[in-house]
Amino acid sequence: MNVVTPQIRTAAEQALVDAVDQHLAAVPIAGRVGELRRAAAAAFATHGLPHRRVEEWKYTDLRAILREAPPLAGPLDAASEAEATFKALSVPGAKRILFVNGALARPASDLLALEGGIAALPLDSALAAGEPMADRVGALAPQRYDGPLALNTAFLGEGLVVRVAAHAKIAAPLHIANVFTKDDPATTYGRVVVLVEEGAQVTLVESFQGRDGVAYQTNSALELSVADGAHVDYVRVQEEGDAALHLGTVMLEIGRNAQFHSFTQTSGARASRVSVYGRFSGTHSHAGLRGATLLKGRQHADTTLLLDHAVGHCESRELFKTVLADESHGVFQGKIVVRPDAQKTDGRMMSRALLLGETAEMDNKPELEIFADDVQCGHGATAGELDEDLLFYLKARGIPQKEAEALLVQAFVGEAIEFVEHDALRELLIARAEAWLARRA
Amino acid sequence: MAAVQETVERVRSLDVDQYKYGFVTDIESEKAPKGLSEDTVRYISAKKNEPEWMLEWRLDAYRRWLTMQEPTWARVSYPKIDFQDYYYYSQPKAKPKSLDEIDPEILATYDKLGIPLREREALLGIESTAPRIAVDAVFDSVSVATTFKAELAKAGVIFCSISEAIREHPDLVKQYLGSVVPVSDNFYATLNTAVFSDGSFVYIPKGVRCPMELSTYFRINERNTGQFERTLIIADEGAYVSYLEGCTAPQRDENQLHAAVVELVALKDAEIKYSTVQNWYPGDKDGKGGIYNFVTKRGDCRGDNSKISWTQVETGSAITWKYPSCILRGDGSQGEFYSIAISNGYQQVDSGTKMIHLGKNTSSRIISKGIAAGRSENTYRGQVTAHRKASNARNFTNCDSLLIGDKCGAHTVPYIEAKTASAVFEHEATTSKISEDQMFYCLQRGLSSEEAVALIVNGFVKDVLQQLPMEFAVEAQKLISVSLEGSVG
Repeated sequence: MNVVTPQIRTAAEQALVDAVDQHLAAVPIAGRVGELRRAAAAAFATHGLPHRRVEEWKYTDLRAILREAPPLAGPLDAASEAEATFKALSVPGAKRILFVNGALARPASDLLALEGGIAALPLDSALAAGEPMADRVGALAPQRYDGPLALNTAFLGEGLVVRVAAHAKIAAPLHIANVFTKDDPATTYGRVVVLVEEGAQVTLVESFQGRDGVAYQTNSALELSVADGAHVDYVRVQEEGDAALHLGTVMLEIGRNAQFHSFTQTSGARASRVSVYGRFSGTHSHAGLRGATLLKGRQHADTTLLLDHAVGHCESRELFKTVLADESHGVFQGKIVVRPDAQKTDGRMMSRALLLGETAEMDNKPELEIFADDVQCGHGATAGELDEDLLFYLKARGIPQKEAEALLVQAFVGEAIEFVEHDALRELLIARAEAWLARRA
Repeated sequence: MAAVQETVERVRSLDVDQYKYGFVTDIESEKAPKGLSEDTVRYISAKKNEPEWMLEWRLDAYRRWLTMQEPTWARVSYPKIDFQDYYYYSQPKAKPKSLDEIDPEILATYDKLGIPLREREALLGIESTAPRIAVDAVFDSVSVATTFKAELAKAGVIFCSISEAIREHPDLVKQYLGSVVPVSDNFYATLNTAVFSDGSFVYIPKGVRCPMELSTYFRINERNTGQFERTLIIADEGAYVSYLEGCTAPQRDENQLHAAVVELVALKDAEIKYSTVQNWYPGDKDGKGGIYNFVTKRGDCRGDNSKISWTQVETGSAITWKYPSCILRGDGSQGEFYSIAISNGYQQVDSGTKMIHLGKNTSSRIISKGIAAGRSENTYRGQVTAHRKASNARNFTNCDSLLIGDKCGAHTVPYIEAKTASAVFEHEATTSKISEDQMFYCLQRGLSSEEAVALIVNGFVKDVLQQLPMEFAVEAQKLISVSLEGSVG
């Protein structure tokens, strides 16, 4: 927390600082956002990458993991675009916007202009045109320093701004797909800013995929404002290539009488970290945050969650399931903060881990920080292997070991996936989980 | 029901902001020069007639301490401590040869505290009604009396002050002291190693079940004094001991410092039960004064099938920084931690435990009940780790917090690390206030709100109270209701 570390930059940190300087000069942004970008660059130059002495990064030493800083991906070519169009996750009935190697693939994207109440604009043009939406960049950023987010802000340029007009009910999910296709390592930065206005309803999907065996890096940030009375479902699918590093930041603000449900499915990347910063700014809202993480080999995945009950009368539910095969390493850190006067808060957080590999590791750190007395808060965390009795039961009925295992794992993960309301999406997620299990077997 | 009635009456009879152990005993004392330096360390060592190796050990710790930084990760805030502003050694002037020669003032002090130091009385009168307890009384920096020594010696049990043990049983001390909490373990433990003045030493030989409860009673009397006690308990193969610890201090405006180290070693099949009722002066109702309590307590289940159980009732101190831990090294060893931490007024508590599973088939259980009232902050911080080779490690953790009033805070910070698939860890935590239904139920049956709170809180902490030895449980129950004085209405 208050550890003073001598500022000796690693080679990767120095490369990043230099790259930031080049980017600031190459892609000028004026006004408040430009200011924000400079501030983030300066903060990164001072604090650098987080390491294990930083409490929030105790289990994910990014300074040790991020040893190389590959260059930015560069301009998009037709071949990559064609490959990505084919490879990208397909959500039935969804409008898809495609980012290939971090750049927006305009022809392959369903860019929408206030059609049926939803508008999606590329971030760069929104910034250039002085769109009011673009001015929301950084509005939901946390007070304290967050390394990956600082980098994302410093490299601001590519991305999307989305506005869902008040009381619009958008039936088709909006799918923002990210695909990495290059053969050489590169880094991509993307920022998505979404405003769902009063009483509107929408389903948002983000997916991340990429080529196996390439040590590329994805740094993505989402700022999502759920206004009063709005209803938002958010699904995040992370299936990056097996050598990739994935850093994600999800920032949320939930207004009054609003409903927010999210589901994060993580099975990709050599190492990944998703930081979620959620904040209730209006009373009588409900947030349900859930996720399933499936890891094998030497994968490392970290889900860190901070939910700030800044006002009273809100309800939050978290359920995170982690399946760890082989020597994989799972991390869940969840913190519920209840501010003074946030009375009648009801918060429940649960993290469950299933360790399949003898040398797999799970680190759980569920925290409660409570300053109001009339609250109901709880958290639970479990870690263990598959129930021998259940396995025996299935095997006694003639189901082979591997299949029985898969069946039990599927049921374990299914408990969390069940909460996804959108039928086609839920089916898709179940299918992805099954495919993961099949590959493992 | 009788006990609850007693609690209720107790609450009624006391004023808000009353700390009944706040008196000062007026005795002449001999102090080391104020401040901390190598000379202070040499002074203490010389006062204790310590052998050369002990002085070397202390000086080594002192030099290491100089290079260390005060930890800041705990959720407590206090003005920077000026370590030069304390007396590191204070002893009553008259040195008693036997129990009968103890300064009557000191005897009176312990009488007031309800700690019998006179064996005679205990043997004649109380024996039939209450079980006998051997007491080691520590007054400021020195142990003033240890009772029932002869009787314990018959069973082969060594129970004496640590300074006596250093002189009389150097081999045992050399073998075990610092083997659980190493010299440079942490800032306060290192400070303690350099300047510890007294404390208790217990050795239970092979296969002996200690014939009575052992107890140490700590009292800080002098102004501006730091108390640095060191306790070492060794249970040899198959031995059993139950050990109690109590603490009080006078009411003073300045903050006094208490940095203790407790080491427990349980060999094969041995069991140690360590119970604490910590009631240092918590400061007045405006948060002035009170003890800073920085304690390192650790038990090492060194042998197979050994067991260490910590039970603590924490009601005192302005600042508590304390994490009694178990290292479950032996196969099949067990660790337990039962805690009630109550904070009121401006108290700040950051307490919890560590269960480190190293051996196979080890198990641990953590039950923690935190109660925050007034403007206090109460944090549970705990770690459960199973290492690669700790197959079949089991842990169950339950930490509940109760908030009384809307100006206090209750926090839970658990770290749960499973590094082997066969470990089974379960953790649950809840935070809530006393429900309106519970209050209504009590009130409509004619209890006042304070009575109702005392009743409900007693129910809330019942799981932990049950773990305490009888006499302590009654004492703790009284303490709980007194600590929550003035928190309602």
